[in-house]
Amino acid sequence: MRDQPKPVLRARGIDKFFAGAIALDKVDLTLYPGEVHALLGENGAGKSTLIKSLTGAYHRDGGTIELDGTEINPRGPVESQKHGIGTVYQEVNLLENMSVSDNLFLGWQPVKRGMLDHRQMHRRTREILKGYGLDIDPTQLLSSYSIAIQQVVAIARAVELSGKVLILDEPTASLDREEIELVFSVVRNLTARGMAVVFITHFLDQVFEISDRATVLRNGCVVGTRKLSDVSQGDIVELMLGHHLEATKRKASHASPGDTILSLKGYGKRGMIAPFDLELRKGEVVGLAGLLGSGRTETCKVIFGVVSADHGRAELRGQPIRLNSPRIALEKRFGLCPEDRKTDGIVGDLSVRENIILSLQARQGWTRPLKRSRINQIVDEYVKALDIRLASPNMPIRLLSGGNQQKALLARWLATEPDILILDEPTRGIDVGAHAEIISLIERLREQGMALIVASSEMEELVAYSSRVLVLRDRRQVRELGGEEITTERIVKSISQGESAA
Amino acid sequence: MIGATFRRVLPQLIILCVVLLLNFAVFPGFFHIEFQNGRLFGNLIDVLNRGAPVALLSIGMTLVIATKGIDLSVGAVMAIAGAVAASVVTGGGGWFTALIAALLAGLAAGLWNGVLVAFFRVQPIVATLVLMVAGRGVAQLITEGKIMTFLNEGLIHLGAGTILGIPTPIVIWLAMGTLVTLVVRRTALGMLIEAIGINETASRLAGINSRVLLVTVYLVSGFVAALAGVIVAADIKGADANNAGLWMELDAILAVVIGGNSLLGGRFSIVASLLGALIIQSVNSVILLSGMPPEFNLVIKALIIIVILVIQSPTVKHRLYLLRAKASSTVSDAPDVAPKAQLAKETRS
Amino acid sequence: MKLKTALLVSAVALTPLGAWAADKTVGFSQIGSESGWRAAETTVTKEQATERGINLKFADAQQKQENQIKALRGFIAQGVDAILLAPVVATGWDSVLEEAQDAEIPVILLDRKVDAPDDLYMTAVTSDTVYEGEVAGKWLVDTVAGKDCSVVELQGTTGSSPAIDRKAGFEKAIADASNIKIVRSQTGDFTRAQGKVVMESFLKAEGAENICALYAHNDDMAVGAIQAIKEAGAEPGKDILVVAIDAVPDMHLAIAKGEANATVELTPNMAGPAFDILDAFWADGTLPEKWVQTESKLFTAEDDNQAIYDMKKGLGY
Repeated sequence: MRDQPKPVLRARGIDKFFAGAIALDKVDLTLYPGEVHALLGENGAGKSTLIKSLTGAYHRDGGTIELDGTEINPRGPVESQKHGIGTVYQEVNLLENMSVSDNLFLGWQPVKRGMLDHRQMHRRTREILKGYGLDIDPTQLLSSYSIAIQQVVAIARAVELSGKVLILDEPTASLDREEIELVFSVVRNLTARGMAVVFITHFLDQVFEISDRATVLRNGCVVGTRKLSDVSQGDIVELMLGHHLEATKRKASHASPGDTILSLKGYGKRGMIAPFDLELRKGEVVGLAGLLGSGRTETCKVIFGVVSADHGRAELRGQPIRLNSPRIALEKRFGLCPEDRKTDGIVGDLSVRENIILSLQARQGWTRPLKRSRINQIVDEYVKALDIRLASPNMPIRLLSGGNQQKALLARWLATEPDILILDEPTRGIDVGAHAEIISLIERLREQGMALIVASSEMEELVAYSSRVLVLRDRRQVRELGGEEITTERIVKSISQGESAA
Repeated sequence: MIGATFRRVLPQLIILCVVLLLNFAVFPGFFHIEFQNGRLFGNLIDVLNRGAPVALLSIGMTLVIATKGIDLSVGAVMAIAGAVAASVVTGGGGWFTALIAALLAGLAAGLWNGVLVAFFRVQPIVATLVLMVAGRGVAQLITEGKIMTFLNEGLIHLGAGTILGIPTPIVIWLAMGTLVTLVVRRTALGMLIEAIGINETASRLAGINSRVLLVTVYLVSGFVAALAGVIVAADIKGADANNAGLWMELDAILAVVIGGNSLLGGRFSIVASLLGALIIQSVNSVILLSGMPPEFNLVIKALIIIVILVIQSPTVKHRLYLLRAKASSTVSDAPDVAPKAQLAKETRS
Repeated sequence: MKLKTALLVSAVALTPLGAWAADKTVGFSQIGSESGWRAAETTVTKEQATERGINLKFADAQQKQENQIKALRGFIAQGVDAILLAPVVATGWDSVLEEAQDAEIPVILLDRKVDAPDDLYMTAVTSDTVYEGEVAGKWLVDTVAGKDCSVVELQGTTGSSPAIDRKAGFEKAIADASNIKIVRSQTGDFTRAQGKVVMESFLKAEGAENICALYAHNDDMAVGAIQAIKEAGAEPGKDILVVAIDAVPDMHLAIAKGEANATVELTPNMAGPAFDILDAFWADGTLPEKWVQTESKLFTAEDDNQAIYDMKKGLGY
């Protein structure tokens, strides 16, 4: 690259129109062998559209693509894979109800005498995944592993199938630090072998950690391609947004929280989360920290009644209650923004408007529909307050970007005026701008006296807004940190040492 | 709202018009309607009248399919309802008692299906298959395997009579269609049904009582199937347990599909399904009026329906859309383009 | 009761009842009870056996051949004196019929034939479906007596053998009458509901005044069509002649009311002739022809249809 080698992929003047409007406007992208090229931009800037147009998942409306100097016109991911361009999308696109090795080898299974050679398939799966530091049983269903492991399997599959260009669309969104390291070392390995990697992410730290160059998109246009050694994070953010962003800092004032609203004693569910105690007071944020699979999500689910607890007692404002369904939780003014936005959160084909009022309407019952004017008022209010960017509240929510979907889900629960709001990974997979907005929203809600439980894998974030942090490990609570103790170092230490509960 | 509905059902309206014109082509007297013996009389009236059972079934089927389910039992429920109504009047009961008894039987069938699906989590196709097979047997037990004829004028009126000169079945399905459409659209029922059809997990987490909703849609389906069963029995003054509603569940599903509703659940339009039912009946009418030998019936029906479904397929729709987009880009229609442009921006990345 | 005996006599050659059959055991494998006619056949068979002092073992196969084969094997194991079989399908009977032959048990087929060498069974007692159509056609030819007549035809289920045969028989009977023409022919699936629907379309397409007669392949369709004719403001039986096949009770009632004109009986009494054959065989070893045709009796307004209706109604139609 330094000596201007021949580009492996050169896309020129890529155009893409949606419903007659311009989504990509003459976008150029050049990839050199052995480089990691970050593709940056806010949600809705056109990153995914560009990728899909390159791989033929979308039919592009203009422009040329050259691979190794020859023009190619892939008509879909399979064809582009044959050319040597592999893609791993933001959401894992594998078959959860098939085994790990089936997923890895689907479409190119080893065959022996006309029959699938399962033994060879399993053996090679083991070998390949070992290269990624995974030692898992290839015969198990993919769904029995965490999203993180599924993501790694997806990457492994793409790498095995392609060979020239690997496109990673938000590969690290659902991975914790250790697993990110794993992916990065794999990426470095691949670039050392001369592969070009396109890296799409919202984490600027990671961009600077691994990438050589970055192309920044805004509103479907390329606003610049930079060598990362020449620029700072601030420069890139300014390119993306046009204005500088404040770094999130821990708010000093976590002044005296109010009365206890929810009290859980010895609360737990066999096989999901060991019994734990929790005192939740008005006007405080309880952070849940821990690695993936440590029990953060399970804690949220048990409290919200998605699964009913089989141990312990719950008291709401001193009154014993049984929380065994989301419906009851909704009635008691709880709210939950789930971790997996796509499968547990949004109702994709319903409009943004309907998604926002869904829970409020569910609580009112179907016989008492919300008045049109009230719906409009609620939707307008939250679209404005949370800065949800959309063309119209009537558009299906699935068309919104991740950050805006998350904001709409927050709006859904805020519309029910909850006393207790549980947020499971509220900032996963969303862009820098929305990220900061959600964090400041959490602050605001706390100041207004709401009680929040927030699970997150981002330590800095927890440090920023938590009044207390519960540290989880192996599906049990191991430590509660408060006040001055809440620092990234202490949380990391608690997770790794697994101190017994204070 | 009316405008949106109109736009939604425009393809079905166009197809219906085309099929009706096809009727006109094979039989020039097709659109002739006269008032005769105190009732409207004509081929168009026949289409509306004969389409009644499938139209009624399609109302319930639309809701069931919107929840990602399917109700295969409606044909058998029709047979049960007809048998119940016939046995009440032959046992000396009045027509109203017979109607109520039949509707209760339909609701009971719906409750059975709904409970299996919502509480026992049996897959809808399996749950309703049970009743599809067993239901006809139940109907045969009631009629003892023969056509149970009756002469109760009130009951016969429901199938063969008229209200203000309009055949009663037309009045019934129009009223039922309007009623259910209003109920689901004026309350939040429609939206909540769509929500559980699109994403049940997310809907439950949002606090929606999906079990009650599931049971409700199967109840509606059982209810309209019972109505259809009473109409069919009343029409021939007899409950024919062997043949009443036979394979009609498939026509009902087809009506929903022709109505452009996805079998995968979610967004639905009852009006479109009703138009689908009329389209099917119009196709039947073409076949009957054309005078073709009956050996061609199924082939002709299949061909017409394939054409209809292909026209509605996403691929063809997209092509048509592009054609229109091209046409409109030369003609300026700015107010329409502006929101679209913004929408496209949101879909990026 | 008197009338019933008369009917039976009309269908069966008069023989001394039960002379040899008394105390014999006969197995009867019935298809099921899918139609009223089938139910009536079962009732009549049981009645016939009782009258003759025959011990009838009845097995309902519920439309399944494997059940019938099982039942036949059961009869053979029990050592019955004879077997009556109403086969659900035509093929696949060879081996079980051979077993019966090895056990020297005569088998008589009722109502339908099978695709097996004819030495494997004693005889088949069935109606001649082509002939039924001919009887109906001939009635029409005689009734219109040379006047022009446009006929609409309600066919049975497309491709079914009774539909094909009854159409062929009717066409054969009217072939020489140039005054009679079939103007529309469409399937009504043998059901009352479809009969009505299709007749409605005939009436609209041709105009009630232009239709002289309706020929339906079965009575159920005719009964449905009669309603359609009435609703169109015409008088069935007068404005439009109605002739059909089967002679089910409701058709007799329609004839009694003057709404239909004629029907050709498909007798449910297939067992009567079968028992007669067995009697003769047991008496002196007489072997019957390989096909015994039941009578296809024509019923018109001249018969006491109300009385026939009252009697037949009890048979399970």
